[in-house]
Amino acid sequence: MTDQPILVGYDGTDAAQRAVEFAGTRATAVGCAIHLVYVLEWSPYSFLSTQELEERHQRRTEELSRAEETLKPALEALNKLKIPVTSEVRYGHSGELICKIAEDKGACQIIVGRKGGSALGARLLGSLPLTLVQASPVPVTVVP
Amino acid sequence: MFWKKTAAASAVAMMSATLPHIANAQEAGLDEKINQAIAPISNVIAGTMFYSVPIGGTAFPLIVGWLVVAATIFTLYFGFVQFRRFGHAISLVKGDYSHPEDAGEVSHFQALATALSGTVGLGNIAGVAVAVSIGGPGATFWMILAGLLGMASKFTECTLGVKYRNEYEDGRVSGGPMYYLSKGLAEKGKPGLGKVLAIIFSICCIGGAVGGGNMFQANQAFQQIVNVTGGDESFLAGSGWLFGLVMAIVVGVVIIGGIKSIAKVTEKIVPFMAVIYVTAGMIIILSNISMIGDAFAQIFVGAFTGAGVAGGVVGALIQGFKRAAFSNEAGIGSAAIAHAAVRTKEPVTEGYVALLEPFIDTVVICTMTALVITISGELNSGLTGVELTSAAFASAFTWFPLILALAVVLFAFSTMLSWSYYGLKSWTYLVGEGKGKEIIFKLFFCLCVIVGASMSLGPVIDFSDSMIFAMAIPNIIGLYLLMPVVRGEINQYWAKIESGEIKKVK
Repeated sequence: MTDQPILVGYDGTDAAQRAVEFAGTRATAVGCAIHLVYVLEWSPYSFLSTQELEERHQRRTEELSRAEETLKPALEALNKLKIPVTSEVRYGHSGELICKIAEDKGACQIIVGRKGGSALGARLLGSLPLTLVQASPVPVTVVP
Repeated sequence: MFWKKTAAASAVAMMSATLPHIANAQEAGLDEKINQAIAPISNVIAGTMFYSVPIGGTAFPLIVGWLVVAATIFTLYFGFVQFRRFGHAISLVKGDYSHPEDAGEVSHFQALATALSGTVGLGNIAGVAVAVSIGGPGATFWMILAGLLGMASKFTECTLGVKYRNEYEDGRVSGGPMYYLSKGLAEKGKPGLGKVLAIIFSICCIGGAVGGGNMFQANQAFQQIVNVTGGDESFLAGSGWLFGLVMAIVVGVVIIGGIKSIAKVTEKIVPFMAVIYVTAGMIIILSNISMIGDAFAQIFVGAFTGAGVAGGVVGALIQGFKRAAFSNEAGIGSAAIAHAAVRTKEPVTEGYVALLEPFIDTVVICTMTALVITISGELNSGLTGVELTSAAFASAFTWFPLILALAVVLFAFSTMLSWSYYGLKSWTYLVGEGKGKEIIFKLFFCLCVIVGASMSLGPVIDFSDSMIFAMAIPNIIGLYLLMPVVRGEINQYWAKIESGEIKKVK
């Protein structure tokens, strides 16, 4: 049993689901915990209309509870496997935030899924796996 | 003989001035009719709002004095807060004090950007041109001065806007002068006065929303479109109502239909347009760097001698002050509505952030427009409004009027969206919330777009100015009474900073 958890980036998609399954088998093998991170993309410098300003706090509360709901099945599945699991929902830039949380938690590795878009799309839109491979402080596994 | 000659010349000038109008009246029946119906009303309102006293041989509108005196008093009362806390304001906008756990909430930057998108617009492009064409280059000096003083007014109103905002159970946040007037003055033991001022403010704000926030915008956007499509020869000339109708439909689709995508696209393009505008201005100024000294000389000499300006120094001063107030809206109270939604425990922090608004709007962008106009030498061309700015930029980049036309339409559109919200908040404050009530206001707002695009510039500017300035009367009375509350907020905030309770997180 190691106290270095595996950090899994999760957003409820099929790719994220595969990442959780893969992380589950790794965690059982190594005997470590899993920490699920759900990042809601957010920049404090994005532009909002007056209406959105008014409703921001309300929307944020809704987004957070929806994210918690999305996390639930994954948490239950890992609990069934008797893997100690924790989770958090955060706002920010997914790449930066996951790297930072990995450091803070002393994670042994990061596991994320990949949606399998084209290389061009990844270049244009940015891709979380690519960002992590470039910037992560710990080993990264990308689950296809 | 000499007399005859001038008389003949002026007769010709008069004829040539009136002839096109007659021709237009026949062609453009609908536009002219709308104009004739609305102009008398706007004349009465403008006449009352701009009640003037003669100073140095020129009529000085008392309302302009009201704003500048207030800005000066706030500047002195808060010990030149706009200069002493400028650095702190930047640091707040950068997020140096923002708690990471508040990510996902409205940041200082977002509140400022949204408020700015409501103020940066035609005032900076067309308003400045009106100021320098009537008041000469010297008007620029007074405009900058008014902008710097206005920072203190903005600081005061936005601090109060956050302090007395309403936070509803469902998580929505709503604030502005109507709330600080009613709640703040009730705290001071004057609930009756507060209620009355809040109601007067709301009525004026609705007027300001359909005037400066709507009709003036529609009008100038249409002028610029006519300009770039061939001026008087344009197929659109005299069809303001048609342009207005199209614009009204687009505005209606967003504010009534709730189609967010159009608003989203505008929001992405508007900052981009602002950057293009400022960059083009900077290029013109830098490539004429040798003329900068001369331009500033004209500005300073004009400010203190009033050479060649109707009304001399006072004439230049009135124009400068008026346009600055119209452009940055300091003391008007509108921005407090947008700023109130920020996530902060300390109201005064948003006050500091808000004082950057008149600085960016007036001291930077308006001054740049004025410099470009002065440098270009188009000042004596007889043009005014957005046409003058367009001609000034065209003297350096011939293709610029097209970009400017696009920028003007987009700025006009985004300003309309912001003001439709300010107007709506005032409307619901008066009549209560409810789908039906909101739709009535929104439909009326769209109708005003058509009216604004159809009218000639004079009555539109008069009406817009008077309604926007009218907001300042109840607002500033309230600010005077609530000044000590703001001082209390400042003191407790800096005590927390000194004790280390609030510290930089970055």
